[in-house]
Amino acid sequence: MAAVHGDAHGHGHDDHHPSGIMRWITTTNHKDIGTMYLWFSFAMFLVGGTLAMGIRAELFQPGIQILEPELFNQFTTLHGLIMVFGAIMPAFVGFANWQVPLMIGAPDMAFARMNNWSFWLLPVAATLLVGSFFVPGGAAAGGWTFYPPLSTQGGLGVDLMIFSVHILGASSIMGSINIITTILNMRAPGMTLMKMPMFVWTWLITAYLLVLVMPVLAGVVTMLLTDRHFGTSFFNAAGGGDPVMFQHIFWFFGHPEVYIMILPSFGIVSEVIPTFSRKPLFGYSSMVYATASIAILSCVVWAHHMFTAGMPTVGQLFFMYATMLIAVPTGVKVFNWTATMWRGSMSFETPMLFSIGFIFLFVIGGFSGVICAIVPIDIQVQDTYYVIAHFHYVLVSGSLFALFAGAYYWIPKWTGRMYNETLGKWHFWLSMFFFNLTFFVQHFLGLAGMPRRIPDYNLQFADFNMISSIGAFGFGLTQLLFLYIMISTIRSGEKAPEKPWDGATTLEWTHLPTPAPYHSFEKPPIVK
Amino acid sequence: MMKKLLVFTLVMFVFGYALVPFYEKFCEVTGINNLLRPDVRAKDNWVDEERWITIEFDANTRGLPWQFKPLQTSARIHPGESVNVMYEITNDSDREVVGQAIPSYSPRYLDKHLKKFECFCFTKQVLKPKETRQMPVQFVIEPGLPAEIHTVTISYTFFELPEGVNAVKN
Repeated sequence: MAAVHGDAHGHGHDDHHPSGIMRWITTTNHKDIGTMYLWFSFAMFLVGGTLAMGIRAELFQPGIQILEPELFNQFTTLHGLIMVFGAIMPAFVGFANWQVPLMIGAPDMAFARMNNWSFWLLPVAATLLVGSFFVPGGAAAGGWTFYPPLSTQGGLGVDLMIFSVHILGASSIMGSINIITTILNMRAPGMTLMKMPMFVWTWLITAYLLVLVMPVLAGVVTMLLTDRHFGTSFFNAAGGGDPVMFQHIFWFFGHPEVYIMILPSFGIVSEVIPTFSRKPLFGYSSMVYATASIAILSCVVWAHHMFTAGMPTVGQLFFMYATMLIAVPTGVKVFNWTATMWRGSMSFETPMLFSIGFIFLFVIGGFSGVICAIVPIDIQVQDTYYVIAHFHYVLVSGSLFALFAGAYYWIPKWTGRMYNETLGKWHFWLSMFFFNLTFFVQHFLGLAGMPRRIPDYNLQFADFNMISSIGAFGFGLTQLLFLYIMISTIRSGEKAPEKPWDGATTLEWTHLPTPAPYHSFEKPPIVK
Repeated sequence: MMKKLLVFTLVMFVFGYALVPFYEKFCEVTGINNLLRPDVRAKDNWVDEERWITIEFDANTRGLPWQFKPLQTSARIHPGESVNVMYEITNDSDREVVGQAIPSYSPRYLDKHLKKFECFCFTKQVLKPKETRQMPVQFVIEPGLPAEIHTVTISYTFFELPEGVNAVKN
């Protein structure tokens, strides 16, 4: 380790980078870019969260109190778009930027300049998206899935959203090309594919999914744009098009997209659980194959989002069985995590708590997913709060909890400072409590028939909605605690020990000092 | 590596567009979505004289200066019986307008049992200023229609076609 450390100082002149704002604008360092990705995604998380607070405030009581229906629709639409494309996805790319080179023993990402580009596209896209609230007609209001005909009829806000999606797509594609090339070409000697940490594996597969489906999304929004302004009729029935076709193409992107948002979190959890169980990951190779099969299956199940859009029974049956099949590799993963903990010498620091919370709640979301996959039930719960509850269980207590776990786990490595364990535990338990308060009752609302994306509701839904809103406010406030913990760690946290987690076995812990130097692994480590 | 991945990205972008003709071909081959093409008359045609069905006719225009109405608002028929209905369109404006009618059925699965042999929706309609035209629809509702259904609705909506666009590909 000393040799590596000394080496970093030997090349000290590389550290003379521009200071101030220009450092961040011109940087090609994977750590700087990773940091910017993470801060950007957290800022977007707060914006999307504020929209969610607006939605829940309106739904606190029946009747229209705060948001007019048009504005409410804009809030739900932009909440979804911002959380998916602005918060969750860039956050995972931020983790990839920081961790992939560190975990495979590479000095930086393969295309450092492109890396800078793919980050700096994001603020542009975010400005378009958030700015669309202030154009005449307001932001897009047809739901985050922007189905036509609503999206072909909307105003300028929809155009801004389309451009924003184009830019975000370009950014993701560049990011994934970078990640794939880094992982395949820049591994340290001895780091064979089957020795890579699980986090790297999940990102390799996710990056392939991204280059597979993001261009299709770019295609479908381009069709939307030409339908709106250049007289084509891809989705316009009068001109021979078909709005249902939009749904097919969109979900061909959209279903792999949900796995793009969950696979890297499987990776993070697969790093954290072995560390705090002080045992190697159970069934490593089955974990790799399970991830790959989830990715492949995710490309042939898209139409389960459209059981009510009109489809022959054969089609419904195919998509139903294919969807339920995904539960098998996912079950393998959950089994492996549980088996990793089994008879482990476990300790429950904040990253571990979030990982266990992840498994517990993600499984609930997975089960409600299997329930939604059953055609007759899906027809019943389509577009109700049951579906909202389902995908928040996999996206919030799934992806987001794993992101929190990863942030607490690696912050000592990134900053050389330790977070406050007591506050971290408070953050976990408050998140856990308020998350369930918000979303568990939404299952009941959905089963009772409360539709999504509507600002008002029947009186019978009043109590559960009030509970859900209180939970949401609590959950939102709790995330400010996370912001506080992170800032106080960075500014004045206690100095972290060289190896704060004794069970950690990956390269960044075993071969690098804490904090990781600005330039790491200029001489690749030898992996045995 | 970057070149390969960029080419792959481009291929997937084109693939997105290729899904459009693929989708149309798929619907054509499987007979899904066959709304704007004449059906073939079945050979074993029979009329279920035991049963009565009420058909309601509905007509709408969307974004074009036309009046559009069926000459009768409903009909009582036996399943299997050939039905003829006349619709009338009038162009109220002073310009030539091209329109395309798109059908919509209720209940939704009526399209499986509705065989249409003649319809103004099979082609686009061009109306000169102030022109009025009467147009027939000829169809059969097959006796296979589930027994619990007593009333069905056949609705048409006329949309204005942008210049040079053909909804119906021949």
